[in-house]
Parts: sequence; structure tokens; C-alpha cells
Amino acid sequence: MHGFANPARFLRLARQLTVPLLLAGVVLAGASLVWGLLGAPAERLQGDSVRILFVHVPAAWLGMGGWSAIAIASLTELVWRHPLAGIAARAIALPGAFFSALCLVTGSLWGRPAWGTWWVWDGRLTSMLVLLFLYLSYIALSDAANRDGDGQSRIPAIFGLVGAVNIPVIHYSVLWWNSLHQPPSITAGKSEMAPEFLWGLLAGSAGFSLIFGAVVLIRMRAILADQQAEARLRRRAMEAIDA
Amino acid sequence: MREGLDHWPFIWAAYVLGIGGTAAMVLWAWLGMVRAESRRDRSRER
Repeated sequence: MHGFANPARFLRLARQLTVPLLLAGVVLAGASLVWGLLGAPAERLQGDSVRILFVHVPAAWLGMGGWSAIAIASLTELVWRHPLAGIAARAIALPGAFFSALCLVTGSLWGRPAWGTWWVWDGRLTSMLVLLFLYLSYIALSDAANRDGDGQSRIPAIFGLVGAVNIPVIHYSVLWWNSLHQPPSITAGKSEMAPEFLWGLLAGSAGFSLIFGAVVLIRMRAILADQQAEARLRRRAMEAIDA
Repeated sequence: MREGLDHWPFIWAAYVLGIGGTAAMVLWAWLGMVRAESRRDRSRER
């Protein structure tokens, strides 16, 4: 893990991986969405609205997966002081917030024809909304820490760890409380989903995950480039003062 | 399922938001990276 503590080594790898990850993600996610629109059959109870699954479920997984990754990066930063862990967490926050918002909006668009309502304040929907607010708070906190604390990110890291409490709440909310939302159709090693939905969904989730990974690399490259430019300008300013 | 409600406008809205939003996020991140890397390269040249 500390092999990538050197930003120059990380940047070399990131430059090689960014475009292939992005292209593979676009192909897989695109194929899944085309299948969802044109190939998948209408479902017996939900009718055509089930096609929203191919956007909604990958967005939900990535919203939750993004925060899990922030929590792991935060722990890595706090315990092992890995220099890229805080940068990775900052880079994850924006796509994580986007996919959480996409999950909420597409869920609402699915809820209207399937449940007859855009929104209910039940455990699943509310905890997912809380996740979006956690992301927005994390983005504000890490931006402020970066601006005011010269790259210090201990407070956002602690926030990233504490916020992870919400992830099991989202996952188990449909089991703990009454909800219009259905319980999980896919659990470890078991699926109650018909193959024509399952394979398309898995392809879409893999594709959107690759796009997510590419965006994280892109943002890490941007944050590192900003830090390098800032450090250089600061050094020049100090040299000018000394001279 | 609510009878009589056309599902397709909801489906199209979800797909347009999913595809358009993802494309916009990738483009925004990419442009941010290009700007940051060119700023770093300019600071190297000075």
C-alpha cells in the first residue's frame, strides 16, 4: 500500500489507467442501459417502470460504496498516515454525492408509477437522503480544511469514519422498519432476480463502478496537480521574500 | 402498479438524468484536471 505513497509513482499509474477505465465503463454501462430500455421484458407487477432499475440500483450501490471507500481511506489516513488517502477520500466525495442524488431522484421517478407516490419518509429513503447530506457536509468540510489548514484533513477523516454508521442503517432499514421499498433482491451468493434483469444489472453496476473509479483518478490527479502548483508558488514567494 | 399511468415518461427521465448527469460529471472532472495540470506545468516553467 505504501508503494503508492509516492505521488509521482501514483500519477504514472493513474495516467495509464484513467482512459481505459473510463472507456470500459462507458461500454459496459451503455450496454446495460440499452438492454434495460430495449431488451429487458416488462415485469409482471411493476410493468415497464422496472427498467429504471438499471439506473437506480447501480447509483444506490455506488452512493453507499463511495462512503464505505471514504471511511476506509479515512481510517488509512488516521492510522497509517498514508499521504494519498486523504486525497482519495476528497476525490471520492463528489461522484459519491452525485450517485446518491441520482439514486434518490430515480427512486422517486420509479416510486410514482410503482407505489403511487414520489416520496415517503420511511427508513430507506430517509437514510439515503441523510447519506446525501453527509456527502455535502464532507465536501464542505474537506474544502475548508484544505483551504485553511494547509492540507490538514484529520477532521474530515474523523467525519468520514463516523458517517459510516449510516451505511448499515441504509442496508438494514428495509428489514428493521416497515417500508414501501422492497427488501434486498441480491444478497451474498443468492439472488431472487430473474436472469434477464440480473446480468444486465451486474454489467451496469460494473460499468458505472469503472466510470466512478476513473472519475476518482481524474479528481486525484487534479488535486495533486493543484497541490504541486501551490507548493511551487509558495516556495517561489518565500525565495522572493528571502532575497 | 397504478393502472392507466404511462411509465415511459418516468423511464426516459431516469435514463436522461443518469446518462446526462454521469457525462456532465465526467466532463467537469476532466476539464478540472486539465486546468489543474496546465496550471502546475505553467508554475514549473516560471
